[in-house]
Amino acid sequence: MTTKEMELKQKKELERGAGEPTRTGPVFVPSVDIFEDENEITVFADMPGVDSNNVDIDLRESTLTIYGRIERQEGEKEASVYREFNWGDYFRQFTISDVIDQGKITAKIDQGILRLTLPKAEKAKPRKIQVSTG
Amino acid sequence: MAIVRWRTESNPFRELERLRGGIDRLFTEFGPGGETFFGRVYPAVNISEDGKNCYIRAELPGVNSEDLDVSFVDGSLVIRGERKIAPEKAGMSYHRRERQEGTFRRIISMPERVDPDKVSARLQNGVLTVTLPKAEEAKPRKISVKAS
Repeated sequence: MTTKEMELKQKKELERGAGEPTRTGPVFVPSVDIFEDENEITVFADMPGVDSNNVDIDLRESTLTIYGRIERQEGEKEASVYREFNWGDYFRQFTISDVIDQGKITAKIDQGILRLTLPKAEKAKPRKIQVSTG
Repeated sequence: MAIVRWRTESNPFRELERLRGGIDRLFTEFGPGGETFFGRVYPAVNISEDGKNCYIRAELPGVNSEDLDVSFVDGSLVIRGERKIAPEKAGMSYHRRERQEGTFRRIISMPERVDPDKVSARLQNGVLTVTLPKAEEAKPRKISVKAS
């Protein structure tokens, strides 16, 4: 059971490198949980405001790129009165050292959380090596 | 050496009023709408309005509607809930653990009169939107000016 109170952490804005985004507005680094077992690597990323049509996942060479575009929910006539957070897209990249079975990657987004499953390719799975006594 | 007598103000609240004026000016210069205020309590909220309603939005990714309690009490909106992160299978090793779980409670006092019976809330893609219809007396009314 969790009784811990949540702390407010500001969303971390992406540090701009050489690549300049074409869309204006802030881009945030989503908070993630990454874990693995012998079969797969699982990534959870908090991306509130992003639906399933607006996530791009790309695995090229060993770089995994996650990009989520937000759908603004405000009406046209709404005027901001008070603001504690900004809306923005999400971007994050990881280097994956394991060999991933590209064809079996699955991604699902639900309630603003992306769940990405990256199954390891056969040859990357650990094999127990029998040591024989001779 | 000249001795300057401590000047007693005829109005002891003058200094306080001056301070209040300064704070008011700060708010009109940097807010509302312009500057982002960094709150301390989870979740962070944005407040906006149009002629009919006030809107309060908060990012609550992964919070189920069953674990969320939104109520309107005595002119204030109360958002309470719990964010749970499902425990994963045994034998998993973590590389990153940045997402947090826990309970939260936030009270927002409304700057305008709202109709408490018509407050509605919606959770979409991890974003909570609470729509608070303004009370009749708080809606802007156009007053026609007659020329005599």
